[in-house]
Amino acid sequence: MAFDKMELRDIEVWDGNFAAAQALRQCQVDVVSAYPITPSTPIVEGYAKFKADNYVEGEFVMVESEHAAMSGCIGAAAAGGRVATATSSQGLALMAETLYQASGMRLPIVLNIVNRALAAPLNVNGDHSDMYMARDSGWIQFDAYCPQEAYDLNFIAFKVSEDHDVRIPAIVNQDGFMTSHTAQGVKTMDDDTAYGFVGEYKPMNDMLDFEYPVTHGVQTEEDWHFEHKARQHNDMMTIVPDKIDAAFAEFEKLTGRKYNQIEEYSMEDADVAVVCMGTSVETAREVALEMREKGIKAGVVGIRVFRPFPFAKIAEVLKDVKAVAALDRSAPGGTAGALFNEIAGALFNTDSKMLLSGYIYGLGGRDLTKKHLVDLYTELQANADAGKVLTKQQQFIGVRGPKLAYL
Amino acid sequence: MANTGWDEFEIGAMLRTFDGAIEDIAGTRQEDRNYSPNSSFTASVADWRIEKPIFNKDYCIDCQFCWIYCPDVSIISRDKKMIGVDMDHCKGCGICVEVCPTNPKSLLMFPELADEETEIASWPTKEEKEK
Repeated sequence: MAFDKMELRDIEVWDGNFAAAQALRQCQVDVVSAYPITPSTPIVEGYAKFKADNYVEGEFVMVESEHAAMSGCIGAAAAGGRVATATSSQGLALMAETLYQASGMRLPIVLNIVNRALAAPLNVNGDHSDMYMARDSGWIQFDAYCPQEAYDLNFIAFKVSEDHDVRIPAIVNQDGFMTSHTAQGVKTMDDDTAYGFVGEYKPMNDMLDFEYPVTHGVQTEEDWHFEHKARQHNDMMTIVPDKIDAAFAEFEKLTGRKYNQIEEYSMEDADVAVVCMGTSVETAREVALEMREKGIKAGVVGIRVFRPFPFAKIAEVLKDVKAVAALDRSAPGGTAGALFNEIAGALFNTDSKMLLSGYIYGLGGRDLTKKHLVDLYTELQANADAGKVLTKQQQFIGVRGPKLAYL
Repeated sequence: MANTGWDEFEIGAMLRTFDGAIEDIAGTRQEDRNYSPNSSFTASVADWRIEKPIFNKDYCIDCQFCWIYCPDVSIISRDKKMIGVDMDHCKGCGICVEVCPTNPKSLLMFPELADEETEIASWPTKEEKEK
């Protein structure tokens, strides 16, 4: 190979961005087409530096916008390369059109989204409004709660996305600043082991195969569009979940680090549980253990795979829980939070008597403190004891002014 | 294109132009190429046409104007002889009729369902120039 390998310590102190950049290097991504935006910039900057220093053999395409960045990724992926990029917030919003192109064209691209609030008002800090904006775009979505997971999930994303039975692009989410700029110990793989996990890129229907010419991005009207979208959804629902589980299992065998579509913490006998994503999962885990010392059987469910949403697994883990809180870190814009709706959908038409309440929290990087979670678990326990939800079904946590509660 | 179900086609918004591998495609005439049923050479892309050109060879002088001007390469001409119109690709724009220099014109526009033989039998006669 024409590039240099990098010696890594078994544990490096990396923030989420650098961990993701290292993963892109170790996967030997062929093309990164990118436009910088806070807080995701260091990911593509990191790849560019690795390339400049001859640690990766690839192309860095500097473009004029995020729309062009994803368009470049689509072209490169259709041409037959391993492709990745990163963005946040407004950048993702500008990519919106091309996200649907990538998934509809069934191109395996890995997009790191460093989650950040959507303006207005302008805000560079972490919430999940960009993640939620992309939730119907037909991409697989993984969620990392810390730098280690941002590193690991990139390899898993390439593995699943590039599988010839899948060919669906994948997003790896991590919380802006809380994960992306917070350095922690990250257990590394050496370059050969890491590359061995994802393997050499295997092209499929690539435009650079001149013996078998293909037209990508064709037009279909009422006669064909529906069948294509149906196929895409079917493959998400029936093929992708098993492929994700297989990749998780293979990754565990290689590294000892085990991932699940939903992560369960203290859930075996839980009466009350919080379902959330991102760094909040780690805070909630800590509080759940403290609540248990006070006699409240508290648990946490972290969503690891946001799309395809693990309905059956959610129903299974929550069916016997008495009271559950769905924590949504995105302004719901006139409805219940997305997690509230997904969980309600998963448990509806079952025998479960689970009580569900929704909470909107942490917008624009507002902290979710341990105190908030203590109050939340206390409220859930009160619901469980009363056998009904004593509050409105939708409340806001940590916002100043008169209490907000709806539904 | 066959009306296949959602599970019967290759994934992606993608179509193959040819069945099987190709070589020396530039040196192969269109009619000798192994176009796939999904290629726009084989498939009709004319289903929104509401008016069609009818060709009357009695008046054609093989000037090739229509062949040059057709924006969809739908005039079939071999060895500089006008043969007819490729109705799987003609969109009915009428440019061929507009540029036809004969008197009467060798191509005229008719409603999509008009019968070719009937229309040719009642083709307009030569227009006398005003003196």
